[in-house]
Amino acid sequence: MNAVMDSLVITKRQLLQLARVPEVLIFSTIQPVMFVLLFRYVFGGSIETGQPGGYVQLLMPGIFVQTVAFTLAATASGLAEDMKKGLIDRFRSLPISRSALIVGRTLGDSLLNIVVLAVMGIAGYIVGWRPTSGVFSIILAFLFLLFFGYALSWVGIYIGLSARDARVVQNVSFLVTFPLTFLSNAFAPTTGMPRPLQYVAEWNPVSTMVAACRQLFGLENEFGATAGSFPSENPLTMSLIYMAIIMIIFVPMSVKKYKNASN
Amino acid sequence: MKTVIAENLVKTYNKGNVKALDGLSLDVEEGTVLSVLGPNGAGKTTTVRILATLLTPNSGHASVAGIDVIKHPERVREVIGLSGQYAAVDETLTGWDNLVMFGRLYHLNKNAAVKRADELLEQFSLTESAKRPIKTYSGGMRRRLDLAASLIVKPKVLFLDEPTTGLDPRGRQEMWGVIEELVKGGVTLLLTTQYLEEADQLADDIVVIDHGKVIARGTSDALKKEVGGERLEVVVAQGDISKTLEIVGRISGNKATLDEGLRKISAPVSTGSMALMEVLRSMDSEGIHALDVGLKRPSLDDVFMSLTGHAAEVEEVKS
Repeated sequence: MNAVMDSLVITKRQLLQLARVPEVLIFSTIQPVMFVLLFRYVFGGSIETGQPGGYVQLLMPGIFVQTVAFTLAATASGLAEDMKKGLIDRFRSLPISRSALIVGRTLGDSLLNIVVLAVMGIAGYIVGWRPTSGVFSIILAFLFLLFFGYALSWVGIYIGLSARDARVVQNVSFLVTFPLTFLSNAFAPTTGMPRPLQYVAEWNPVSTMVAACRQLFGLENEFGATAGSFPSENPLTMSLIYMAIIMIIFVPMSVKKYKNASN
Repeated sequence: MKTVIAENLVKTYNKGNVKALDGLSLDVEEGTVLSVLGPNGAGKTTTVRILATLLTPNSGHASVAGIDVIKHPERVREVIGLSGQYAAVDETLTGWDNLVMFGRLYHLNKNAAVKRADELLEQFSLTESAKRPIKTYSGGMRRRLDLAASLIVKPKVLFLDEPTTGLDPRGRQEMWGVIEELVKGGVTLLLTTQYLEEADQLADDIVVIDHGKVIARGTSDALKKEVGGERLEVVVAQGDISKTLEIVGRISGNKATLDEGLRKISAPVSTGSMALMEVLRSMDSEGIHALDVGLKRPSLDDVFMSLTGHAAEVEEVKS
């Protein structure tokens, strides 16, 4: 019970930080909204989708997934900052559950995601995004997004604890998230890519997540090289499998890393 | 009763290539202050981190308040307070936010955490800045807040790792005042420092460590005695040097040494002020005027020098 309470105190700390420095919240919502606008109006005109409602219908799930994928970077750099300032040592010298700090942080970053996704959803609606499925499916899609962000947050914990310098953390995080989000179906159909790349892109967890969200928002998915394969037929299941794999690998690894943080 | 015991601690880094601790042993009597004194890299921080359960030693034993540090770290954490070299508090939050948060993490309920935070802010003269973010605090205020955070549940044993490193003289004086108050309150304190006068000022006992080992232990006075008694020092004009050397040598019964640059003649003396008077009388009868004269007790710097054969490498103070 204490472990849960301890984690929540840490989560609350992050919310307090946002209250004390509201700029952080403002900029973490402005950036994805800016992406929505840029992609919608820069590429929107030139990408042929054949989708009723146009490119923005395909774009929004892609941008949602990209945004929650970037939670990895937020978690990693937040933790690296705590390491640098010696805060981690203080927390580790307290009589609290050893995982409280990292569990609390992953929860806090997910809470931030709720706000960001809500603002993006509204921005998307304003520029023409209209999911055609039911309320239940839409809620399910957002839950998927939150869990995906939460799973990647654990990768961020591992990166944050591993790197020795906050700038390295930035670089590593982007090195992970950029190819992951762009080598996917998030912004452009994979069918335009060279065939070998299509396999990579379509098996990419970001793509299965995007495909799952599109399905939940009521869209048809288009696959190239892997059409008819398991991930293309079952993007929801495949996404769940990916999230489980990420958590199974990174939760224990991160907890272990945290326990030995100063050895 | 020994509240802190460390026996034969060995800690290596980098797969055994760097030996931070090489069989270090020390203990702290309940209610006393032990200062661990040593230059950078001597193993001070490693010792504190092991005792505070942040590091596991390669071998050796340690206990705090009778609890084995390696076997029951979670129980040790309930009775210790740790304040490190860097103020380990959340800089974006206010002082009050931080203390309430740490209070909650010590499992105080909301009201108790708030009450304790207010008390501590008052005790450390931070009430006025309580609602300001830490990043607006001065170095000294940060350290005081950091120290306050380690006192939330009145720990049995307090570890302070270089509590004044990087502070300006005023901040250091304030910190010393705060620590002396705590000691009066009866806390058992282990304090590391590279400032010899800090150990002198605050500690009941001092252990001097170098290269991961204890090389001397005792009270500040005992350590100074180990180096020798007082020295008589006299500074004279250039033309009077040779005569003065002869006088000081004769009266002290020891060979007098000369620092040419400072024109300072000095020699160990056993009779203290008697010798001083005698030297002055002899100089007077020879018509020599002393520009400066005095008896100097050895400083801990001298102790360190004579124990390790090298000066304490005190880092430049960084702000």
